[in-house]
Amino acid sequence: MNPVPSLNIEIAVLGLGILMLLAESFSTTGDRSWLARGAILVLSALVGFSCFVDPHSGNSFYVVDAPAHFFKVIALISTIVVLVMSLEYRKVLEKFVPGAVPGAGEGEFYSLPVFTCAGLMFMASAVDFLLIFVSLELVTISLYILVAFMRRQSASLEAGVKYLILGALSTGFFVYGIAWIFGLTGETNLAAIAAALHAKPVAQAPLLFGIMLLLVGLGFKIAAAPFQLWVPDVYQGAPTPITAFLSVASKAAGFIVLLRVLHPFLAVEGVREKILFALIVMAALTLIYGNLTALPQDNLKRLLAYSSIAHAGYILVAVASVTASVSTLGSAGSAVAFYLAGYMIMTLLSFLVMIVVANHSRGDDILHFNGLAKRSPFLAFAMLSAMLSLAGVPFTVGFMGKFLVFAVAIKAGNFVLVGIGIITVAAGFYYYLRVVAAMYWNDPGEETKITVSGGTKFVIGALTAAIFFFGIFPHFILAGFQEQTPIVQVASAPR
Amino acid sequence: MLNLIIFIPLLAAIAILLGAHARNTALGAAVITLAAALGAAFFYDKALGGFQFLSSFPILPNWNLNYSVGADGLSLLMLVLTGLVTLAAVWITPRIEKRERLFYACLLFITGGAAGAFASVDLFFLYTFHELALIPTFLLIGIWGSGERVTAAWKITIYLALGSFILLIGLVDLYFAIPVGSRTFDIIELQRLAAGGLIPASSQVRPYIFLLVGFGILVSLFPFHSWAPGAYASAPAPAAMLHAGVLKKFGLYGLLRIAIPLLPEGAKYWADLLLILLVGNILYVGLATIAQKKLDLMLGYSSVMHMGYIFLGIAALNIVGLSGAALLMFAHGLSIAALFAMAGMLREKRPLLFLDSFGGLAKPMPTLAFAFGLATFASIGLPGFANFSSELTVFFGAFKPNPALHAPNFWLAVIFALWGVVISSVYMLRAYRAIFFGEPGKEAAAWADPLKPLRWPVILLLAALLIGGFAPRVLLGFVQPSVEALLPK
Repeated sequence: MNPVPSLNIEIAVLGLGILMLLAESFSTTGDRSWLARGAILVLSALVGFSCFVDPHSGNSFYVVDAPAHFFKVIALISTIVVLVMSLEYRKVLEKFVPGAVPGAGEGEFYSLPVFTCAGLMFMASAVDFLLIFVSLELVTISLYILVAFMRRQSASLEAGVKYLILGALSTGFFVYGIAWIFGLTGETNLAAIAAALHAKPVAQAPLLFGIMLLLVGLGFKIAAAPFQLWVPDVYQGAPTPITAFLSVASKAAGFIVLLRVLHPFLAVEGVREKILFALIVMAALTLIYGNLTALPQDNLKRLLAYSSIAHAGYILVAVASVTASVSTLGSAGSAVAFYLAGYMIMTLLSFLVMIVVANHSRGDDILHFNGLAKRSPFLAFAMLSAMLSLAGVPFTVGFMGKFLVFAVAIKAGNFVLVGIGIITVAAGFYYYLRVVAAMYWNDPGEETKITVSGGTKFVIGALTAAIFFFGIFPHFILAGFQEQTPIVQVASAPR
Repeated sequence: MLNLIIFIPLLAAIAILLGAHARNTALGAAVITLAAALGAAFFYDKALGGFQFLSSFPILPNWNLNYSVGADGLSLLMLVLTGLVTLAAVWITPRIEKRERLFYACLLFITGGAAGAFASVDLFFLYTFHELALIPTFLLIGIWGSGERVTAAWKITIYLALGSFILLIGLVDLYFAIPVGSRTFDIIELQRLAAGGLIPASSQVRPYIFLLVGFGILVSLFPFHSWAPGAYASAPAPAAMLHAGVLKKFGLYGLLRIAIPLLPEGAKYWADLLLILLVGNILYVGLATIAQKKLDLMLGYSSVMHMGYIFLGIAALNIVGLSGAALLMFAHGLSIAALFAMAGMLREKRPLLFLDSFGGLAKPMPTLAFAFGLATFASIGLPGFANFSSELTVFFGAFKPNPALHAPNFWLAVIFALWGVVISSVYMLRAYRAIFFGEPGKEAAAWADPLKPLRWPVILLLAALLIGGFAPRVLLGFVQPSVEALLPK
């Protein structure tokens, strides 16, 4: 097969989204679920195609490298699973979305994630502040709509408003930061900025000011403390599939942008230490906040929101340890990538199971999971795997991620973060195992068996298998990171 | 052979979950595991020594990370212990009313995890296999436990998760203490490197304290012991047997297998701290044991206390001390398993197990009284049982510790530890008198002897103890050469 230019994949995703919007507008049938099914098929095909892209089809705006490919696959897979979740979530959606016929307007709910996906894929390749900003907005604006999609539910509207206002604010910070950097270097391209910083020394104070503004903007996207206050309410109010999307895909894209954006500045002596210090503080705050506030939560959706903050903290631990040498146990970049891949698998799985259970139990509190092991051993086992992986029990992908993250942190000598990590991991065991205890220790409130439709069952099974498979054979994910990538080179950058 | 020991229990557990007959499958798997462990010990070439039955499978080639198993005398001793206690625990399991499948599967998962940890010769898998047991324990105590099961289950799980994570940090720190070119997870290779003095003394101190605290939490080293008594008291008898008898030995095994040979300078640096803590185990926990009014809590505390002796042997850093520690791991595993098994039978009669709620049981239950007496003697460390010979070895070893250590501190510790023997005879004999002597109450006089139909598993454990007591040479022949290889030159 001839290699295709990488951009074609994004164009195909965008085209799919536009077609879905058109179909939504002109279709007369009430049921739009076929749109989602079609999109799932097309996106799955695109995952396959994305392995055959031409590695030399990049330009100064848009790179085609291993991390880009890696995060594109993450974006595609999470979109697919989100669409599967949306199909399960249909009934709830119909209740809260007004329409002449039941299901009207549902097509938009299926097509907007596809646009978001295109934005995430652009973000993965973007190496110019202009493209980074445009793709970031494509993602965020689609998500504004999706978060507030359930127009008849006040929680969803509240979440939408919160997300909109704080999101706009953070975008403002981000653009302002770009302006400062541009003013100092006269460039928006990351490689050109690196060259400009290398060529002649720049005043440190304004440079640091610009970088900190960028960190504020990105900190909002990845939900890192102290920019995490929006997370619990927005995550709980948004339609559950969108919550999953927010916590997985949006976060993954935020992290790759963070790594790419920081890369030129980390090469500057004197600035590097200050950035790393800021990152260490952010990581410590995020770990402590996310894990400790998750402890008393009784609602699983909200618990997962806090857990998503906690996991952002673990990933930040790796980001804050980028100075470590590349020799053994992988680099900070590969630790971040592996963690994100694992995080995607386990978080999507837990949200998917939660949607199925909530459909039958009329609620997503932890007590609605009581006795799930009796009502559906299959779902209980899937949830058990997800929770063990989130807590970090060996032989799961979540453990492997934590292992890599803390290996880089120890190598970089970040023992403060390691110490905090020891406490927070123990806290994590408590709140994740509470779900396990509810499922296995307690007796069910109602005895009805839970039935799972075939497609959903397949996806749940596949995600569960992936948790153990990649937990025992991490090689298959890490192999994508063998080659020297821009992220990895941070460590050995000169100066 | 070793893969058989690891994967038969795990596969049997999965088969049980998928619908195989729970008890028969579990019993079959336990018999095969024990047979394989004994077979491995039989075919182990003692003249050749070192690690045998090696096999490995690459997981991450560019990190030198392999799934690899192998066994020397020390691992074989632990594997035989695993096989013996597993068989006894599965055999003695009473009829399970709810979710029988999950119960047996959890037991077998613990066995598989412990066997995997003892048979691994790869740092990473040695660690991960042990963790396999964490969640089954959580479920076993939470679902089938008695008394304060909820508190106990949370406490043991979070404590052990914390300990394991500190241990993981220590292992990674150890890994990075090795010079870049020779980094590997292969324990055999690491031992060779460490013997060549490749790990500088200055970078051994930090990893060792991580390992000591991490492994220490898993072994209930004072003051990290508070998870143990409650958990063993609440756990169903088979779970307590496996956990106290086998799984807890993993932390000690890890110290022997990893911390001592790879970080000998670190071990010397922290030896005095370890001495203080282990005296805490023997005296503080020993006195706490005397104060217990319930049999299950008393046994739980006593198992914490006995860890102090094993730590004493390890702290001495000489062949005699380490061999004694290894033997005592084996002996204590068997004796505490036998005691928990019989305490489980008494629980059927009096669920709360208050010592003063029994009395005079020697009349209606002669078999139980006899077997319990033997196990009591073993636990105190009377001659004839493996506990005696191994405790004696530990004391001899500790009285003349490694020349690099400060001997007077060890003399003090040994003197304190000898008082521990007195303490343990006080609480064990008092408990024995309270339960079995005197006149049985009206109700108790009519009780049938619960051990009579189930005597074989207990006989199995006690017979192994007697063999170890009368012919310690058989066991030492396995242990001593392996331990010699562990010691710093």
